[in-house]
Amino acid sequence: MGAGALFIAVFLACAVEAVEATTIVLAAGTARDWRSAGTGMFAALLVLAVITAALGPAVSALPLGALRLFVGALLLVFGLQWLRKAILRASGHKALHDEDAIYQAQVRAARSEPSRRTGLVPDLYGFTLSFKGVLLEGLEVVFIALTFGGNAHQIPLAALAAVCAVVVVALAGLALRAPLARVPENSMKFAVGVMLTAFGTFWGAEGAGAQWPGSDTALLVIVPAIALFALGMVALLRRLPASSAGAAAAPAVAEVR
Amino acid sequence: MTGRIRSFGAFVYDFVIGDDWWVAAGVAAGLAATYLLVHAAGVAAWWLVPLLLVALLPVSLWRAVRRR
Repeated sequence: MGAGALFIAVFLACAVEAVEATTIVLAAGTARDWRSAGTGMFAALLVLAVITAALGPAVSALPLGALRLFVGALLLVFGLQWLRKAILRASGHKALHDEDAIYQAQVRAARSEPSRRTGLVPDLYGFTLSFKGVLLEGLEVVFIALTFGGNAHQIPLAALAAVCAVVVVALAGLALRAPLARVPENSMKFAVGVMLTAFGTFWGAEGAGAQWPGSDTALLVIVPAIALFALGMVALLRRLPASSAGAAAAPAVAEVR
Repeated sequence: MTGRIRSFGAFVYDFVIGDDWWVAAGVAAGLAATYLLVHAAGVAAWWLVPLLLVALLPVSLWRAVRRR
């Protein structure tokens, strides 16, 4: 796998997660208290750094065959779930992921809760909302960076791509002080779903002992083939009448993946 | 305590399995079958996982559309 392809795959996947985490932190900061939201975000980043430091060497020490089988299976499951949602959204059978609507719903929910001070944190609700959002989205970032990096024997490059994605998105969110609604998140999720599924297919089969014709170059066929198949599914599903869920404008707040 | 264990279990299930357990079960079965074909029967079974995708994705989509 080329370094460029690895960087792009990890960057895109992590950027999607970072956009969602940024929306939650912005909602916590706007509706509650910026100091509490910031403390929650940094506490979650600290926990994520500890998890990465603990899991990184463990992932590197695993035998490559077992790692590829395990990671391939997980990536395939993740990828198919992303792709399934992306296809349903693109074909009108599921509401589009709308960061503005999610942000407004988070702000409304946050404003309705009473304030409670604990220790150094002025507002516990704002802290918890921000902490949970960053930790849950961050776990996916850590997982993607470690698995892609571990399989390609390029954990530092994958980590760099993940950090770049998080920093770029966080700076943009901080500068705008608004949800990053202009990021083409639904298209990015479609692309990430295709990539996760393609790499999961490649590594999963290789981990199970299969040899791909053409070795790594097989990915040059697998990625476009899965993209075309997914687009075909979108075209097919568009012929079916869209459901009421697809027509609904506001997505569920809890829907972050 | 039981509530926390249950909610952690629900989080892990949602994180790993997601909305459709058929996908996870199908992937596990497909990779196990690939392993057996390669190691027990000596078949070059690289084609099995792509074949599985072609079947699994439409089935999962159909289940999702039918549910809505």
